[in-house]
Amino acid sequence: MEMVQLFITCMGENLLPDVLKKMVLLLERLGVRCELPEAQTCCGQPFYNSGFQAEGRQMALRWMKAFADTGGYIVAPSGSCVEFVKHRYPAMFPEGSAEQERAVRLAGRVLEFSQFLVNVLKVTDIGASFPHRVACHYPCHLTRGLGVRSEPLALLRAVRGLELIPFDESETCCGFGGIFSVVYPEVSKAMMETKVKNILASGAEAVVVSEPGCLVNIRGGLVKAHSRVRAMHLIEILAEGGST
Amino acid sequence: MTEKTARIDFRENSRNASPAVVAATQNSTRTALRKRAAVVAEFGEERWQELRKAGHEIRMHALTHLDRYLAMVEEKVTAAGGYVHWAKDAEEAREIVLGLATERSVRSIVKVKSMVSEEIDLNPALEARGIRAYETDLGEFIVQLAGQRPSHITSPALHMTKEEVAALFCEKLGIDACPIPEELTEHARLRLRPEFLNADMGISGGNFLIAETGTLLIVTNEGNGRLSTSLPPVHVAVVGIEKVIPDWESAAVLLKLLARSVSGSKITAYSTFITGVREGGPKEFHLVLLDNGRSRILADKVAREALLCIRCGACMNTCPVYNQVGGYAYGAVYQGPIGSMLTPLLLGTGLAGGLPFASTLCGACAELCPVMIPIPEILLHLRKRFVEGDTFESPSVPGILKAMAKLGRIVLGSPTLYHLGGRLGKIFQAPLRRGDWLPSLPPPLNRWTMARPFPAFQGGFRGWFKNRKAAVKQAEGKLHE
Ligand code: SF4
Repeated sequence: MEMVQLFITCMGENLLPDVLKKMVLLLERLGVRCELPEAQTCCGQPFYNSGFQAEGRQMALRWMKAFADTGGYIVAPSGSCVEFVKHRYPAMFPEGSAEQERAVRLAGRVLEFSQFLVNVLKVTDIGASFPHRVACHYPCHLTRGLGVRSEPLALLRAVRGLELIPFDESETCCGFGGIFSVVYPEVSKAMMETKVKNILASGAEAVVVSEPGCLVNIRGGLVKAHSRVRAMHLIEILAEGGST
Repeated sequence: MTEKTARIDFRENSRNASPAVVAATQNSTRTALRKRAAVVAEFGEERWQELRKAGHEIRMHALTHLDRYLAMVEEKVTAAGGYVHWAKDAEEAREIVLGLATERSVRSIVKVKSMVSEEIDLNPALEARGIRAYETDLGEFIVQLAGQRPSHITSPALHMTKEEVAALFCEKLGIDACPIPEELTEHARLRLRPEFLNADMGISGGNFLIAETGTLLIVTNEGNGRLSTSLPPVHVAVVGIEKVIPDWESAAVLLKLLARSVSGSKITAYSTFITGVREGGPKEFHLVLLDNGRSRILADKVAREALLCIRCGACMNTCPVYNQVGGYAYGAVYQGPIGSMLTPLLLGTGLAGGLPFASTLCGACAELCPVMIPIPEILLHLRKRFVEGDTFESPSVPGILKAMAKLGRIVLGSPTLYHLGGRLGKIFQAPLRRGDWLPSLPPPLNRWTMARPFPAFQGGFRGWFKNRKAAVKQAEGKLHE
């Protein structure tokens, strides 16, 4: 039986616990044993990307300690956090240091949820059903950073009744950008509103946003616009109509 | 970019961005991107990626051997009858050009679009000496007429609609102009024709300097480059030292990348090659090689790749931030992602430290950059410089932010405090909570809620997971009994 370590991310844990619960249920249904490294908190990205690299490194050391002595893949519902661990950690520490070695080893184990399903478990159809018109937003770090594009699509295409519809600028950033959203709130707002406008124009009933930060941003934007379009993590779509 | 520049306040500038400028900007960038995508598709994605790699390597090689190639340029240009001047900063460059102009009693100058000329603030310096400088690129001509600055590095007037340009021509040129691009171009041409003939000097920048022959390469779309550098008796080219490339083969690669990235053409309409003094051309050729902080950037291992830039503007066209604010918000000569790198590198993060933060790190720019500059990486590097300082600059981040980051690190770095924080969040949010949302939060968090509500703190996942594990264990235990 496949075993994974859940990398729940600080944003997921505090703001999107339902997504996490559904992730566990889906994984278990696929015969995967889930473990939760208790000492994990935040991977350090918010610090590092804001220029506080020393703090970011300290957080990274903590995170690595929490996951180092565990086994199996490390799976997260976030491409951004995965990318940070995968690409940034190994570059954060001096060449040849023990920390770097550890970072490289962990980088080889960490996967975003859809990657794990499609590339490791080799499943695309997990019996979900969601008979709606669905648009798919491509989160920057998942798509460009990790290069994950086909995996979520394969999973979505296998969902019963789901009609995937295109929308304008689906690969353009939604304006979240971590610290950016509070340093330049007006610009972030304008970007988010453009994203929401494009989603609404597509006629979709739901939009897939598989990235906690972007999900919170776009979902909030849709609520503010009094729209009934639902912003959903891929996990939430896959949990629909299944047997859990 | 002169010494007297004030701190750039991107937030304030972005708030003041004119909706008309933003709308016109979006219109133009969208067209440029569409054309670019079409020619790249035609070229073939795989071949394009190989070309980008080749371009990156050529530029990297040139930068790492800059001293050698610059010496070669000097030797070849001198041998071909030209003069080479070295300017360590903007002021020196201005003085050199002004000196050349006054010695020759120059009254009137025609100019080819040049970012370096903007960087050293050349036009105001010329005007101050009573020398009239005419911008001959259509976009530059328009912004000069309007008394503005370029808002984009390759399309200086992209923030203006054709209607605005027509109105400007009516007002400033006293003619009856219709908002038809071809006609507007014709008006500009007519207006400029006598100036080409009258000019005592032509001033240009340069896209590349080909070291093996000492050849200056200027690309334009309107042919004004050729006129400005051949009709007047003196030609002065002010070029950044990073523009050197080894040979003609390199030029062929870079021109392919440049033309497609700028405007979606296979080749820019006019490529002018100038090697010293040539027969039938200007009697004098002066090449001013400008450092202005470039050798300092070169010393920085991460930031140096910003000098690979071939000024195509693709990163700006695709940048979602640039497209929401327009070029003026960057408060400097270079805008968009390339500006957010170059401006703080040239002016220091003390004045321009806000610009590297004017990015969501979405990576769209790096995906298009024809010479594969790792733009987000350099922005992160500059954010760090602003916050922590490095061997080049001391930090300029406000102390309050530093304290907040320290506190954040302590809380997030300790599971006990982290969980306590989550619980406290749940308690304190109660009065603000409306269903699943917190519609408005106190400062500074209102910076988030001004745009959309914040989701209410939920938590509870760990407890749920523990219970579930225990239940599963129990069930398994029963099964085994
Ligand atoms: S950074 Fe790259 S994309 Fe931007 S202007 Fe320079 S060469 Fe073009």
